[in-house]
Amino acid sequence: MPPNADTVTLDQGETRAPASAGARLSVGERRLRLMGGLSGLLLSAPIWAVLLFFLVLPIIMIAVVSFWGSTEYSFYPDFNLENYEFLFGSSVTYTVFLNTFIYAALTWFFTLIIGFTVAYFLAFHVHSLTWQIALFLICTIPFWTSNIIRMISWIPFLGRNGIANSTLISWGVIDEPVEWLLFSDFAVVLAFVHLYTLFMVVPIFNTMMRIDKSLIEAARDAGASGFQILVNVIVPLTKPGIMIGSIFVVTLVMGDFITVRFMSGSQSANVGRLISNDVGLLAYPSASATAVVLLVTVIIMIGIMLRFVDIRKEL
Amino acid sequence: MRSRPLSFYVLAGFFGLFLLFLYGPTITIAILSFQGPKGGLTFPMNGVSTHWFVNLFQEQAVGDIWGSFGRSFILGLAVMVTTVVFSVMGGLAFRKRFPGSTLLFYLLITALTIPSILVSLGVGLIFNRLGWEVHWMTSGFGAQLTWTLPFGLLIMFAVFNRFDKAYEEAARDQGASAWQTVRYVVLPIIAPSLIGVALFGFTLSYDEFARTLLTAGSHNTLPLEIFGMTTNVTTPVLYALGTLTTAFSFLIVGGFLTFAVLARRKRLRQRSDAGDGMV
Repeated sequence: MPPNADTVTLDQGETRAPASAGARLSVGERRLRLMGGLSGLLLSAPIWAVLLFFLVLPIIMIAVVSFWGSTEYSFYPDFNLENYEFLFGSSVTYTVFLNTFIYAALTWFFTLIIGFTVAYFLAFHVHSLTWQIALFLICTIPFWTSNIIRMISWIPFLGRNGIANSTLISWGVIDEPVEWLLFSDFAVVLAFVHLYTLFMVVPIFNTMMRIDKSLIEAARDAGASGFQILVNVIVPLTKPGIMIGSIFVVTLVMGDFITVRFMSGSQSANVGRLISNDVGLLAYPSASATAVVLLVTVIIMIGIMLRFVDIRKEL
Repeated sequence: MRSRPLSFYVLAGFFGLFLLFLYGPTITIAILSFQGPKGGLTFPMNGVSTHWFVNLFQEQAVGDIWGSFGRSFILGLAVMVTTVVFSVMGGLAFRKRFPGSTLLFYLLITALTIPSILVSLGVGLIFNRLGWEVHWMTSGFGAQLTWTLPFGLLIMFAVFNRFDKAYEEAARDQGASAWQTVRYVVLPIIAPSLIGVALFGFTLSYDEFARTLLTAGSHNTLPLEIFGMTTNVTTPVLYALGTLTTAFSFLIVGGFLTFAVLARRKRLRQRSDAGDGMV
């Protein structure tokens, strides 16, 4: 049977012929390869359209507007560096960026410890697949509920007359209600950890489930203790999952503004709040300049983290 | 059954605490939403009643809860359908290399990791400059797709990476056309995963806040409405609304999961081997 269009195009993904091989292809084969590329283009066209108009164009727009000028009520096309000069000249900027990094670092640390432990328990200590799936689902369901509600639900727990304070008082640990539980940096980090630990659990669990169990058997046969297996076998093999989880958590925290605003009772600031405050004042050029700096910061951080993992291999 | 090591019990205890941490606050507001009419935002309970739920259905002093719920629901469905269709098409496209496939992949990663407020701000600016009015069904819809599509496609990548091509080859050997192969072999096999894509599409849209903030226009979606309420509502009606929304989310998730399980059972009963190649 002569090769028809389908067989050739569908097998293409597996053979990545070097460019020079193109010269040896017959005219027919070259045409078929072209059609394969064409169908890929057509099938991906809707995604291209969405991402170009709602992602690429907006980013370009933000970059352009960051050079525009503004009056109290409006903004106008211009090319000046005032927005950036103001941003980098203000000590507030540095404090707020530092604050954002601290939130990210603390959240990353706690989500990693908790996420790794939970994933480790599910992957290596729960032996039935049904239970693994069931417990995993229980861990992920909150991901599909509203973040705002999950933040609100800390009020009765952390408030001045909340459960935490009244419990501590009844135990005699404290005499008066502690004021810093709700509407504080503590509450912000707590909420971040509460909201984003799932983003660590899922990729780490996914990577752990793919570790060949015979490697662990081999380590045990060679006399490794449980702790040694964990440190020398499981952690190194789980690194890709840890990296993907870290990218999620760090970018989510870096870009957040609503958690910080709500949980700190508007007393703390991060970069996201700086942007949203400017937007509230209709100072779009200034907001855009801050957004550009934030984006560059996030890209650099992702770039560094991507050095440790090949995402395409992990899917 | 072999006895479990001590570490199992320690880790199981940790896991239990984690679940308490995860669900405790939600359960707390669920209980507090049944406060008596004179009850406040914290314990103790001042009687038990459904006062605040009834209150929710009455005329509100501020906002438009049911209108915003309706908008969020419709938007969620629209985003869900679009996400499923575009993700399947994209998933099929990514099975082979096409011009720009690497660039598109990195764009998807960008969409996933870019701070949400940038999308919100940027889309708002674009509409402003084009002289278009921002509206939840146009700018809001597009801004949310930049969040749901990457998730949909990541699921499709995972599905197709585990896809056994022998099924397609068999279909083609029997003379099926390219379209027939997709329609009668590939789609039925990946169908259960599409339930997952749909779940992501709906719930991520339904709960989205930051990307809708500057793109929803004058009519709020439910998360925006709820956030507005946090600043000026200080009664347990807030908890009642939270409990109801969370219950609705659980219902949706439960519905999707049940659907997935039933679909799987049905297939097993019919002894079809479609999908057995999936891991």
